[in-house]
Amino acid sequence: MNIVVLMKQVPDTYAERKLNPSDNTLDREASDAVINEIDEYAIEEGLRLKEAHGGEVTILTMGPDRATESIRKALSMGADKGVHVVDEALHGSCAITTAKVLAKALGTLEYDVVIAGLEATDSRLSVVPALVAEATGLPQLSGARKVTADGSTLSIERVTETGYDVVTASTPAVLSVVEKINDPRYPSFKGIMAAKSKPVQALSLADLGLAADEVGLAAATTVVDSFEEAPPRSAGTVVKDEGTGGSAIADYLASKKLV
Amino acid sequence: MAEVLVLIDSANGTLKKSATELLTAARSLGEPSAVVIGAPGTAAAVAGQLAEYGAEKVYVAESDEFEQYLVAPKAEVLAQLAGQAGPAAILVASTPENKEIAARTAFKIGSGFLADAVEIGEGGSVTQSIFGGAVSVSARVAKGAPVISLRANSVAASPQQGAAEQVPVEVSISDAAKGAKIIDRVEEAKGSRPSLQDASVIVSGGRGVGSADNFKVVEQVADTLGAAVGASRAATDAGWVPHTMQVGQTGVTVAPQLYIALGISGAIQHRAGMQTSKTIVAVNKDPEAPIFELADFGVVGDLFQVAPQLAEEIGKRKG
Repeated sequence: MNIVVLMKQVPDTYAERKLNPSDNTLDREASDAVINEIDEYAIEEGLRLKEAHGGEVTILTMGPDRATESIRKALSMGADKGVHVVDEALHGSCAITTAKVLAKALGTLEYDVVIAGLEATDSRLSVVPALVAEATGLPQLSGARKVTADGSTLSIERVTETGYDVVTASTPAVLSVVEKINDPRYPSFKGIMAAKSKPVQALSLADLGLAADEVGLAAATTVVDSFEEAPPRSAGTVVKDEGTGGSAIADYLASKKLV
Repeated sequence: MAEVLVLIDSANGTLKKSATELLTAARSLGEPSAVVIGAPGTAAAVAGQLAEYGAEKVYVAESDEFEQYLVAPKAEVLAQLAGQAGPAAILVASTPENKEIAARTAFKIGSGFLADAVEIGEGGSVTQSIFGGAVSVSARVAKGAPVISLRANSVAASPQQGAAEQVPVEVSISDAAKGAKIIDRVEEAKGSRPSLQDASVIVSGGRGVGSADNFKVVEQVADTLGAAVGASRAATDAGWVPHTMQVGQTGVTVAPQLYIALGISGAIQHRAGMQTSKTIVAVNKDPEAPIFELADFGVVGDLFQVAPQLAEEIGKRKG
Protein backbone atom coordinates (compact mmCIF):
# COMPACT_ATOMS: atom_id res chain seq x y z
CA MET A 1 0.00 0.00 0.00
CA ASN A 2 1.66 3.20 -1.16
CA ILE A 3 0.87 6.24 0.91
CA VAL A 4 1.33 9.94 0.27
CA VAL A 5 1.16 12.17 3.32
CA LEU A 6 0.33 15.82 2.68
CA MET A 7 2.40 17.90 5.06
CA LYS A 8 2.42 21.64 5.67
CA GLN A 9 5.10 23.67 7.35
CA VAL A 10 3.58 26.34 9.57
CA PRO A 11 4.76 29.01 12.02
CA ASP A 12 5.16 27.61 15.51
CA THR A 13 1.95 28.30 17.44
CA TYR A 14 3.99 29.09 20.53
CA ALA A 15 5.47 32.12 18.79
CA GLU A 16 3.66 35.32 17.86
CA ARG A 17 2.32 34.89 14.34
CA LYS A 18 2.13 37.77 11.90
CA LEU A 19 0.83 38.82 8.53
CA ASN A 20 3.14 40.67 6.19
CA PRO A 21 1.81 44.22 5.62
CA SER A 22 3.27 44.40 2.09
CA ASP A 23 0.87 41.84 0.61
CA ASN A 24 -1.29 40.70 3.56
CA THR A 25 0.01 37.13 3.41
CA LEU A 26 1.39 34.99 6.19
CA ASP A 27 4.83 36.17 7.32
CA ARG A 28 6.69 32.87 7.23
CA GLU A 29 10.01 34.46 8.20
CA ALA A 30 8.73 36.04 11.40
CA SER A 31 8.75 32.89 13.48
CA ASP A 32 10.13 29.40 13.81
CA ALA A 33 8.68 26.96 11.31
CA VAL A 34 7.51 23.50 12.30
CA ILE A 35 5.51 20.61 10.87
CA ASN A 36 1.84 21.44 11.28
CA GLU A 37 0.98 19.58 14.46
CA ILE A 38 -1.87 17.44 13.12
CA ASP A 39 0.23 16.48 10.12
CA GLU A 40 2.55 14.58 12.47
CA TYR A 41 -0.44 12.34 13.23
CA ALA A 42 -1.02 11.93 9.50
CA ILE A 43 2.63 10.89 9.05
CA GLU A 44 2.33 8.44 11.96
CA GLU A 45 -0.85 6.94 10.49
CA GLY A 46 0.90 6.58 7.12
CA LEU A 47 3.81 4.78 8.79
CA ARG A 48 1.44 2.45 10.62
CA LEU A 49 -0.43 1.59 7.42
CA LYS A 50 2.90 0.86 5.75
CA GLU A 51 4.03 -1.29 8.66
CA ALA A 52 0.79 -3.29 8.49
CA HIS A 53 0.40 -3.55 4.72
CA GLY A 54 3.82 -2.84 3.18
CA GLY A 55 4.57 -0.18 0.57
CA GLU A 56 6.17 3.25 0.77
CA VAL A 57 5.38 6.52 2.51
CA THR A 58 6.00 9.67 0.48
CA ILE A 59 5.86 13.12 2.08
CA LEU A 60 4.36 15.73 -0.25
CA THR A 61 4.61 19.37 0.67
CA MET A 62 4.15 22.69 -1.05
CA GLY A 63 6.07 25.55 0.48
CA PRO A 64 9.13 27.75 0.46
CA ASP A 65 12.74 26.46 0.48
CA ARG A 66 12.88 26.11 4.23
CA ALA A 67 10.07 23.51 4.14
CA THR A 68 12.85 20.98 3.35
CA GLU A 69 13.70 21.07 7.09
CA SER A 70 10.23 19.74 7.85
CA ILE A 71 10.48 17.12 5.10
CA ARG A 72 13.73 15.88 6.68
CA LYS A 73 12.02 15.63 10.03
CA ALA A 74 9.21 13.57 8.51
CA LEU A 75 11.79 11.33 6.82
CA SER A 76 13.55 10.89 10.16
CA MET A 77 10.26 9.61 11.59
CA GLY A 78 10.42 6.86 8.97
CA ALA A 79 8.92 8.12 5.72
CA ASP A 80 10.73 6.88 2.63
CA LYS A 81 10.99 9.90 0.38
CA GLY A 82 9.93 13.49 -0.05
CA VAL A 83 8.40 15.54 -2.84
CA HIS A 84 8.69 19.29 -2.45
CA VAL A 85 6.64 21.54 -4.70
CA VAL A 86 8.61 24.75 -4.54
CA ASP A 87 8.32 27.82 -6.74
CA GLU A 88 8.45 31.54 -6.01
CA ALA A 89 5.23 31.98 -7.96
CA LEU A 90 3.29 29.84 -5.46
CA HIS A 91 3.55 32.54 -2.78
CA GLY A 92 0.10 33.65 -1.66
CA SER A 93 -1.81 30.71 -3.13
CA CYS A 94 -5.34 30.26 -1.78
CA ALA A 95 -6.75 26.95 -0.54
CA ILE A 96 -8.37 26.09 -3.86
CA THR A 97 -5.20 26.76 -5.85
CA THR A 98 -3.17 24.82 -3.29
CA ALA A 99 -5.44 21.82 -3.76
CA LYS A 100 -5.10 22.07 -7.56
CA VAL A 101 -1.30 22.16 -7.29
CA LEU A 102 -1.23 19.23 -4.85
CA ALA A 103 -3.53 17.28 -7.19
CA LYS A 104 -1.08 17.90 -10.06
CA ALA A 105 1.81 16.73 -7.91
CA LEU A 106 -0.17 13.63 -6.87
CA GLY A 107 -0.55 12.93 -10.57
CA THR A 108 3.21 12.33 -10.77
CA LEU A 109 3.06 9.70 -7.98
CA GLU A 110 1.66 6.22 -7.55
CA TYR A 111 -0.42 5.81 -4.44
CA ASP A 112 -3.34 4.04 -2.82
CA VAL A 113 -3.98 6.48 -0.01
CA VAL A 114 -3.45 10.20 0.51
CA ILE A 115 -3.38 11.22 4.18
CA ALA A 116 -3.49 14.77 5.54
CA GLY A 117 -4.00 16.39 8.90
CA LEU A 118 -7.50 17.81 9.34
CA GLU A 119 -6.38 21.43 9.51
CA ALA A 120 -3.33 23.64 9.62
CA THR A 121 -2.72 25.77 12.68
CA ASP A 122 -2.01 28.88 10.60
CA SER A 123 -4.95 29.20 8.23
CA ARG A 124 -7.29 26.88 10.15
CA LEU A 125 -9.54 26.37 7.13
CA SER A 126 -9.61 22.56 7.44
CA VAL A 127 -10.80 22.24 3.84
CA VAL A 128 -7.67 21.39 1.84
CA PRO A 129 -8.12 17.60 2.20
CA ALA A 130 -11.72 17.94 0.93
CA LEU A 131 -10.51 20.16 -1.91
CA VAL A 132 -7.79 17.68 -2.86
CA ALA A 133 -10.54 15.04 -3.07
CA GLU A 134 -12.52 17.44 -5.25
CA ALA A 135 -9.53 18.22 -7.47
CA THR A 136 -8.51 14.57 -7.91
CA GLY A 137 -12.06 13.20 -8.09
CA LEU A 138 -11.17 10.69 -5.35
CA PRO A 139 -13.41 9.71 -2.43
CA GLN A 140 -13.12 11.97 0.61
CA LEU A 141 -12.70 10.29 4.00
CA SER A 142 -12.14 13.26 6.29
CA GLY A 143 -11.95 13.81 10.03
CA ALA A 144 -10.82 10.28 10.88
CA ARG A 145 -10.07 9.25 14.43
CA LYS A 146 -9.53 5.65 13.32
CA VAL A 147 -8.50 4.13 9.98
CA THR A 148 -8.75 0.51 8.92
CA ALA A 149 -7.56 -0.89 5.61
CA ASP A 150 -8.77 -4.21 4.28
CA GLY A 151 -7.55 -4.98 0.79
CA SER A 152 -8.73 -2.11 -1.38
CA THR A 153 -11.36 -0.95 1.14
CA LEU A 154 -10.65 1.85 3.58
CA SER A 155 -12.88 2.47 6.54
CA ILE A 156 -12.74 5.38 8.98
CA GLU A 157 -14.47 6.62 12.06
CA ARG A 158 -15.30 10.22 11.18
CA VAL A 159 -15.70 12.48 14.19
CA THR A 160 -19.11 14.17 14.33
CA GLU A 161 -20.64 16.64 16.75
CA THR A 162 -22.27 13.85 18.72
CA GLY A 163 -20.08 10.82 18.10
CA TYR A 164 -18.79 9.32 14.89
CA ASP A 165 -19.84 8.05 11.48
CA VAL A 166 -18.34 4.93 9.94
CA VAL A 167 -17.44 5.84 6.36
CA THR A 168 -15.92 3.56 3.73
CA ALA A 169 -14.39 4.01 0.31
CA SER A 170 -12.29 2.09 -2.18
CA THR A 171 -8.68 3.03 -2.74
CA PRO A 172 -7.32 5.33 -3.94
CA ALA A 173 -8.89 7.81 -1.51
CA VAL A 174 -8.06 10.99 0.38
CA LEU A 175 -8.03 10.73 4.16
CA SER A 176 -7.72 13.41 6.80
CA VAL A 177 -7.06 12.63 10.42
CA VAL A 178 -7.66 14.27 13.80
CA GLU A 179 -5.09 14.13 16.57
CA LYS A 180 -6.94 11.50 18.57
CA ILE A 181 -5.95 8.90 16.03
CA ASN A 182 -2.52 7.91 17.39
CA ASP A 183 0.59 9.12 19.20
CA PRO A 184 3.20 10.24 16.70
CA ARG A 185 6.63 8.71 17.24
CA TYR A 186 9.73 10.74 17.87
CA PRO A 187 12.53 10.39 15.36
CA SER A 188 15.17 7.96 16.60
CA PHE A 189 18.88 8.72 16.25
CA LYS A 190 19.05 6.01 13.61
CA GLY A 191 16.08 7.57 11.85
CA ILE A 192 17.71 10.99 11.85
CA MET A 193 20.89 9.59 10.33
CA ALA A 194 18.96 7.59 7.73
CA ALA A 195 16.90 10.63 6.72
CA LYS A 196 19.98 12.44 5.48
CA SER A 197 20.33 10.07 2.54
CA LYS A 198 16.65 9.65 1.66
CA PRO A 199 15.59 11.18 -1.66
CA VAL A 200 13.76 14.51 -1.80
CA GLN A 201 12.52 15.54 -5.21
CA ALA A 202 11.88 19.21 -5.94
CA LEU A 203 9.08 19.95 -8.39
CA SER A 204 8.66 23.36 -9.99
CA LEU A 205 5.50 24.71 -11.58
CA ALA A 206 6.97 23.89 -14.98
CA ASP A 207 7.47 20.27 -13.86
CA LEU A 208 3.74 20.14 -13.08
CA GLY A 209 2.69 21.79 -16.33
CA LEU A 210 1.37 24.86 -14.54
CA ALA A 211 1.95 28.49 -15.48
CA ALA A 212 2.91 31.16 -12.94
CA ASP A 213 -0.32 33.09 -13.52
CA GLU A 214 -2.43 30.06 -12.59
CA VAL A 215 -1.19 30.11 -9.01
CA GLY A 216 -0.07 32.41 -6.21
CA LEU A 217 -1.40 35.74 -5.12
CA ALA A 218 -2.42 36.79 -8.64
CA ALA A 219 -4.70 33.79 -9.12
CA ALA A 220 -5.97 33.60 -5.53
CA THR A 221 -9.74 33.12 -5.28
CA THR A 222 -9.79 35.07 -2.02
CA VAL A 223 -8.21 38.43 -1.30
CA VAL A 224 -7.24 39.93 2.04
CA ASP A 225 -7.81 43.67 1.72
CA SER A 226 -6.55 44.69 5.13
CA PHE A 227 -5.85 43.45 8.60
CA GLU A 228 -5.38 44.84 12.06
CA GLU A 229 -4.30 43.49 15.38
CA ALA A 230 -7.31 42.92 17.54
CA PRO A 231 -7.23 45.16 20.60
CA PRO A 232 -5.94 43.07 23.49
CA ARG A 233 -8.59 42.02 25.96
CA SER A 234 -8.32 44.33 28.90
CA ALA A 235 -7.89 42.26 32.01
CA GLY A 236 -10.99 42.37 34.15
CA THR A 237 -11.58 41.99 37.83
CA VAL A 238 -9.89 39.12 39.63
CA VAL A 239 -10.91 38.38 43.20
CA LYS A 240 -9.66 35.82 45.69
CA ASP A 241 -12.26 33.36 46.92
CA GLU A 242 -13.01 34.07 50.56
CA GLY A 243 -15.96 31.71 50.64
CA THR A 244 -18.22 33.81 48.43
CA GLY A 245 -16.48 33.40 45.07
CA GLY A 246 -19.42 31.58 43.50
CA SER A 247 -21.86 34.29 44.60
CA ALA A 248 -19.50 36.95 43.30
CA ILE A 249 -19.57 35.36 39.84
CA ALA A 250 -23.37 35.11 39.96
CA ASP A 251 -23.53 38.83 40.91
CA TYR A 252 -21.22 39.68 38.03
CA LEU A 253 -23.28 37.65 35.54
CA ALA A 254 -26.45 39.31 36.79
CA SER A 255 -24.88 42.77 36.40
CA LYS A 256 -24.13 41.89 32.76
CA LYS A 257 -27.65 40.47 32.34
CA LEU A 258 -26.18 37.07 31.55
CA VAL A 259 -28.41 35.29 34.04
CA MET B 1 -32.78 41.65 -5.80
CA ALA B 2 -30.38 38.74 -6.17
CA GLU B 3 -30.92 35.59 -4.21
CA VAL B 4 -28.66 34.55 -1.36
CA LEU B 5 -28.44 30.77 -0.99
CA VAL B 6 -28.48 29.67 2.64
CA LEU B 7 -27.64 26.05 3.44
CA ILE B 8 -30.01 25.03 6.22
CA ASP B 9 -29.00 22.82 9.14
CA SER B 10 -31.82 21.24 11.10
CA ALA B 11 -32.19 18.36 13.49
CA ASN B 12 -35.31 16.52 14.59
CA GLY B 13 -37.58 18.88 12.68
CA THR B 14 -36.15 22.06 14.20
CA LEU B 15 -33.84 24.63 12.63
CA LYS B 16 -30.43 24.89 14.21
CA LYS B 17 -29.92 28.30 15.76
CA SER B 18 -27.14 28.87 13.22
CA ALA B 19 -29.72 28.61 10.40
CA THR B 20 -31.75 31.47 11.87
CA GLU B 21 -28.56 33.53 12.16
CA LEU B 22 -27.66 32.82 8.52
CA LEU B 23 -31.12 33.77 7.26
CA THR B 24 -30.85 37.03 9.22
CA ALA B 25 -27.39 37.76 7.82
CA ALA B 26 -28.51 36.87 4.27
CA ARG B 27 -31.07 39.69 4.21
CA SER B 28 -28.29 42.31 4.12
CA LEU B 29 -26.99 40.83 0.84
CA GLY B 30 -30.19 40.02 -1.02
CA GLU B 31 -33.24 37.81 -0.92
CA PRO B 32 -32.71 34.77 1.33
CA SER B 33 -33.31 31.42 -0.38
CA ALA B 34 -33.14 28.50 2.00
CA VAL B 35 -31.52 25.35 0.63
CA VAL B 36 -32.66 22.19 2.38
CA ILE B 37 -30.66 19.10 1.48
CA GLY B 38 -31.60 15.91 3.24
CA ALA B 39 -33.93 12.97 3.57
CA PRO B 40 -37.51 13.31 2.29
CA GLY B 41 -39.63 15.33 4.71
CA THR B 42 -36.77 17.47 6.05
CA ALA B 43 -37.99 20.70 4.41
CA ALA B 44 -41.65 20.25 5.31
CA ALA B 45 -40.74 19.95 8.98
CA VAL B 46 -39.00 23.33 9.06
CA ALA B 47 -41.07 25.22 6.46
CA GLY B 48 -42.82 27.33 9.09
CA GLN B 49 -39.60 28.35 10.76
CA LEU B 50 -37.97 29.18 7.43
CA ALA B 51 -40.86 31.54 6.64
CA GLU B 52 -40.56 33.09 10.09
CA TYR B 53 -36.90 33.95 9.48
CA GLY B 54 -37.41 35.50 6.07
CA ALA B 55 -36.77 32.76 3.51
CA GLU B 56 -38.46 33.91 0.29
CA LYS B 57 -37.76 30.61 -1.46
CA VAL B 58 -37.04 27.16 -0.14
CA TYR B 59 -35.11 24.90 -2.48
CA VAL B 60 -36.04 21.36 -1.53
CA ALA B 61 -33.40 18.81 -2.49
CA GLU B 62 -34.49 15.63 -0.84
CA SER B 63 -33.33 12.07 -1.28
CA ASP B 64 -32.47 9.21 1.03
CA GLU B 65 -29.08 9.16 -0.66
CA PHE B 66 -27.92 12.33 1.10
CA GLU B 67 -27.82 10.41 4.36
CA GLN B 68 -25.66 7.73 2.79
CA TYR B 69 -22.77 9.71 1.36
CA LEU B 70 -20.31 12.19 2.77
CA VAL B 71 -20.12 15.87 1.73
CA ALA B 72 -19.65 15.52 -2.05
CA PRO B 73 -23.36 15.09 -3.06
CA LYS B 74 -24.37 18.18 -1.08
CA ALA B 75 -21.66 20.23 -2.78
CA GLU B 76 -23.01 19.08 -6.15
CA VAL B 77 -26.52 20.29 -5.27
CA LEU B 78 -25.29 23.67 -4.02
CA ALA B 79 -23.16 24.17 -7.13
CA GLN B 80 -26.10 23.18 -9.35
CA LEU B 81 -28.38 25.69 -7.58
CA ALA B 82 -25.71 28.38 -7.78
CA GLY B 83 -25.58 27.81 -11.53
CA GLN B 84 -29.36 28.24 -11.83
CA ALA B 85 -29.98 31.07 -9.37
CA GLY B 86 -26.91 33.25 -9.95
CA PRO B 87 -26.82 34.12 -6.26
CA ALA B 88 -25.17 37.15 -4.66
CA ALA B 89 -23.61 34.81 -2.11
CA ILE B 90 -23.83 31.34 -0.62
CA LEU B 91 -23.91 31.09 3.17
CA VAL B 92 -23.32 28.08 5.41
CA ALA B 93 -22.80 27.70 9.16
CA SER B 94 -19.20 27.08 10.23
CA THR B 95 -19.23 23.38 11.04
CA PRO B 96 -16.58 20.95 9.82
CA GLU B 97 -18.92 19.30 7.30
CA ASN B 98 -20.39 22.57 6.04
CA LYS B 99 -16.94 24.06 5.50
CA GLU B 100 -16.01 21.06 3.35
CA ILE B 101 -19.26 21.38 1.40
CA ALA B 102 -18.71 25.13 0.96
CA ALA B 103 -15.11 24.77 -0.19
CA ARG B 104 -16.00 22.09 -2.73
CA THR B 105 -18.89 24.24 -3.96
CA ALA B 106 -16.58 27.23 -4.42
CA PHE B 107 -14.15 25.01 -6.34
CA LYS B 108 -16.94 23.83 -8.66
CA ILE B 109 -18.40 27.27 -9.40
CA GLY B 110 -15.01 28.97 -9.78
CA SER B 111 -15.34 31.42 -6.93
CA GLY B 112 -13.67 31.47 -3.52
CA PHE B 113 -14.38 30.23 -0.01
CA LEU B 114 -14.30 32.63 2.94
CA ALA B 115 -14.12 30.53 6.10
CA ASP B 116 -15.30 31.37 9.58
CA ALA B 117 -16.54 34.90 8.99
CA VAL B 118 -17.47 36.79 12.14
CA GLU B 119 -19.10 39.60 10.18
CA ILE B 120 -20.50 39.90 6.67
CA GLY B 121 -20.17 43.27 5.00
CA GLU B 122 -21.24 44.94 1.80
CA GLY B 123 -21.11 42.82 -1.34
CA GLY B 124 -20.21 39.72 0.61
CA SER B 125 -16.90 40.91 2.00
CA VAL B 126 -16.18 39.44 5.41
CA THR B 127 -14.31 40.00 8.61
CA GLN B 128 -12.38 37.01 9.91
CA SER B 129 -10.65 36.56 13.20
CA ILE B 130 -7.35 34.68 12.84
CA PHE B 131 -4.40 33.49 14.94
CA GLY B 132 -6.77 32.65 17.76
CA GLY B 133 -8.36 36.09 17.74
CA ALA B 134 -5.10 38.09 17.75
CA VAL B 135 -5.64 39.53 14.27
CA SER B 136 -8.76 40.65 12.44
CA VAL B 137 -8.72 40.55 8.63
CA SER B 138 -11.02 41.96 5.99
CA ALA B 139 -11.36 39.65 2.99
CA ARG B 140 -13.40 39.06 -0.15
CA VAL B 141 -13.46 36.70 -3.11
CA ALA B 142 -11.59 37.67 -6.26
CA LYS B 143 -14.43 36.59 -8.54
CA GLY B 144 -17.82 34.94 -8.53
CA ALA B 145 -20.36 34.58 -5.76
CA PRO B 146 -18.64 34.43 -2.37
CA VAL B 147 -19.13 31.16 -0.50
CA ILE B 148 -19.05 32.10 3.16
CA SER B 149 -19.12 30.07 6.35
CA LEU B 150 -20.36 32.15 9.27
CA ARG B 151 -19.35 31.45 12.83
CA ALA B 152 -22.13 30.80 15.31
CA ASN B 153 -23.16 33.76 17.48
CA SER B 154 -21.74 36.32 15.03
CA VAL B 155 -25.19 37.66 14.16
CA ALA B 156 -28.22 38.01 16.41
CA ALA B 157 -31.10 36.16 14.73
CA SER B 158 -34.24 38.22 14.24
CA PRO B 159 -37.52 37.02 12.73
CA GLN B 160 -38.94 38.55 9.55
CA GLN B 161 -41.78 37.00 7.59
CA GLY B 162 -40.87 35.50 4.21
CA ALA B 163 -42.92 33.77 1.52
CA ALA B 164 -40.97 30.50 1.83
CA GLU B 165 -42.17 29.37 -1.60
CA GLN B 166 -41.15 25.74 -2.04
CA VAL B 167 -39.10 24.96 -5.14
CA PRO B 168 -38.42 21.26 -5.70
CA VAL B 169 -34.93 20.45 -6.91
CA GLU B 170 -34.34 17.45 -9.11
CA VAL B 171 -31.61 15.46 -7.44
CA SER B 172 -29.02 13.65 -9.49
CA ILE B 173 -25.86 12.66 -7.68
CA SER B 174 -22.85 11.73 -9.80
CA ASP B 175 -21.14 8.40 -9.28
CA ALA B 176 -17.93 10.20 -8.33
CA ALA B 177 -19.75 11.87 -5.44
CA LYS B 178 -20.80 8.48 -4.10
CA GLY B 179 -17.23 7.40 -3.39
CA ALA B 180 -17.40 7.76 0.38
CA LYS B 181 -20.32 5.83 1.85
CA ILE B 182 -21.62 6.27 5.39
CA ILE B 183 -22.43 2.81 6.70
CA ASP B 184 -23.13 3.60 10.35
CA ARG B 185 -23.79 6.60 12.60
CA VAL B 186 -22.88 6.27 16.24
CA GLU B 187 -24.07 8.69 18.94
CA GLU B 188 -21.69 9.03 21.86
CA ALA B 189 -22.56 12.35 23.40
CA LYS B 190 -25.25 12.09 25.98
CA GLY B 191 -28.18 14.22 26.95
CA SER B 192 -29.89 17.29 25.72
CA ARG B 193 -27.24 19.99 26.12
CA PRO B 194 -26.67 22.34 23.19
CA SER B 195 -23.71 21.62 20.93
CA LEU B 196 -20.50 23.59 21.38
CA GLN B 197 -20.80 25.03 17.87
CA ASP B 198 -24.22 26.45 18.54
CA ALA B 199 -24.20 27.34 22.22
CA SER B 200 -24.59 30.90 23.56
CA VAL B 201 -23.07 29.84 26.86
CA ILE B 202 -20.27 27.33 27.37
CA VAL B 203 -18.86 26.00 30.62
CA SER B 204 -15.52 24.22 30.23
CA GLY B 205 -13.35 22.19 32.55
CA GLY B 206 -9.61 21.61 32.42
CA ARG B 207 -6.78 19.90 34.23
CA GLY B 208 -7.95 21.32 37.56
CA VAL B 209 -11.13 19.23 37.38
CA GLY B 210 -8.96 16.20 38.08
CA SER B 211 -11.10 13.26 36.95
CA ALA B 212 -13.96 12.10 34.75
CA ASP B 213 -16.18 11.82 37.78
CA ASN B 214 -15.41 15.38 38.89
CA PHE B 215 -16.71 16.71 35.58
CA LYS B 216 -20.13 16.55 37.21
CA VAL B 217 -19.22 19.86 38.85
CA VAL B 218 -18.73 21.45 35.43
CA GLU B 219 -21.93 19.87 34.09
CA GLN B 220 -23.90 21.13 37.06
CA VAL B 221 -22.96 24.75 36.34
CA ALA B 222 -23.63 24.21 32.63
CA ASP B 223 -27.08 22.81 33.24
CA THR B 224 -28.19 25.71 35.44
CA LEU B 225 -27.25 28.01 32.55
CA GLY B 226 -28.57 25.82 29.73
CA ALA B 227 -24.98 25.77 28.50
CA ALA B 228 -22.84 23.42 26.45
CA VAL B 229 -19.99 21.63 28.21
CA GLY B 230 -16.48 22.03 26.83
CA ALA B 231 -13.02 20.95 27.91
CA SER B 232 -9.38 21.84 27.49
CA ARG B 233 -7.00 19.50 25.73
CA ALA B 234 -5.55 18.42 29.08
CA ALA B 235 -8.97 17.07 30.06
CA THR B 236 -9.68 15.32 26.76
CA ASP B 237 -6.16 13.89 26.54
CA ALA B 238 -6.60 12.49 30.04
CA GLY B 239 -9.71 10.72 28.75
CA TRP B 240 -12.06 12.38 31.25
CA VAL B 241 -14.40 13.56 28.50
CA PRO B 242 -14.73 12.77 24.78
CA HIS B 243 -12.52 14.51 22.27
CA THR B 244 -15.60 16.07 20.65
CA MET B 245 -15.78 18.41 23.65
CA GLN B 246 -12.33 19.92 23.15
CA VAL B 247 -12.18 23.68 22.73
CA GLY B 248 -8.94 25.04 21.35
CA GLN B 249 -6.36 25.16 18.62
CA THR B 250 -6.89 21.54 17.58
CA GLY B 251 -10.49 21.32 18.75
CA VAL B 252 -13.56 23.47 18.25
CA THR B 253 -13.30 27.25 18.01
CA VAL B 254 -16.11 28.99 19.83
CA ALA B 255 -17.23 32.55 20.47
CA PRO B 256 -20.24 32.36 22.79
CA GLN B 257 -21.85 35.20 24.70
CA LEU B 258 -20.45 33.73 27.90
CA TYR B 259 -17.54 31.35 28.44
CA ILE B 260 -16.84 30.00 31.90
CA ALA B 261 -13.46 28.28 32.34
CA LEU B 262 -13.17 26.05 35.40
CA GLY B 263 -9.72 24.77 36.32
CA ILE B 264 -8.27 25.77 32.95
CA SER B 265 -4.87 27.49 33.02
CA GLY B 266 -5.37 29.16 29.64
CA ALA B 267 -2.50 27.73 27.61
CA ILE B 268 -2.26 29.24 24.13
CA GLN B 269 -3.67 25.98 22.72
CA HIS B 270 -6.92 26.60 24.60
CA ARG B 271 -7.03 30.39 24.26
CA ALA B 272 -6.87 30.11 20.49
CA GLY B 273 -10.26 28.41 20.56
CA MET B 274 -12.15 30.71 22.91
CA GLN B 275 -10.61 34.12 23.33
CA THR B 276 -13.10 35.88 21.09
CA SER B 277 -15.92 34.92 23.45
CA LYS B 278 -17.92 38.01 24.41
CA THR B 279 -17.58 37.57 28.17
CA ILE B 280 -15.07 35.28 29.87
CA VAL B 281 -15.24 34.12 33.48
CA ALA B 282 -12.46 32.02 35.01
CA VAL B 283 -11.96 30.07 38.19
CA ASN B 284 -8.48 28.76 38.93
CA LYS B 285 -6.48 28.14 42.05
CA ASP B 286 -3.31 29.57 40.53
CA PRO B 287 -3.38 33.40 40.58
CA GLU B 288 -0.68 33.41 37.86
CA ALA B 289 -2.77 31.34 35.42
CA PRO B 290 -2.78 33.06 32.00
CA ILE B 291 -6.55 32.61 31.74
CA PHE B 292 -6.87 35.58 34.14
CA GLU B 293 -5.29 37.84 31.49
CA LEU B 294 -8.36 37.20 29.35
CA ALA B 295 -11.03 36.95 31.99
CA ASP B 296 -13.56 39.74 32.42
CA PHE B 297 -14.17 38.30 35.85
CA GLY B 298 -11.91 35.85 37.63
CA VAL B 299 -11.94 34.07 40.95
CA VAL B 300 -8.75 32.67 42.44
CA GLY B 301 -9.90 29.70 44.41
CA ASP B 302 -10.87 26.05 44.57
CA LEU B 303 -13.31 25.28 41.78
CA PHE B 304 -14.92 22.58 43.91
CA GLN B 305 -15.95 25.31 46.37
CA VAL B 306 -16.72 28.05 43.86
CA ALA B 307 -18.55 26.14 41.12
CA PRO B 308 -21.24 24.47 43.27
CA GLN B 309 -21.92 27.80 44.96
CA LEU B 310 -22.19 29.46 41.55
CA ALA B 311 -24.66 26.81 40.37
CA GLU B 312 -26.74 27.30 43.51
CA GLU B 313 -26.74 31.10 43.20
CA ILE B 314 -27.77 30.98 39.55
CA GLY B 315 -30.54 28.56 40.50
CA LYS B 316 -31.80 31.01 43.13
CA ARG B 317 -31.77 33.92 40.73
CA LYS B 318 -33.76 31.97 38.21
CA GLY B 319 -36.30 31.31 40.97
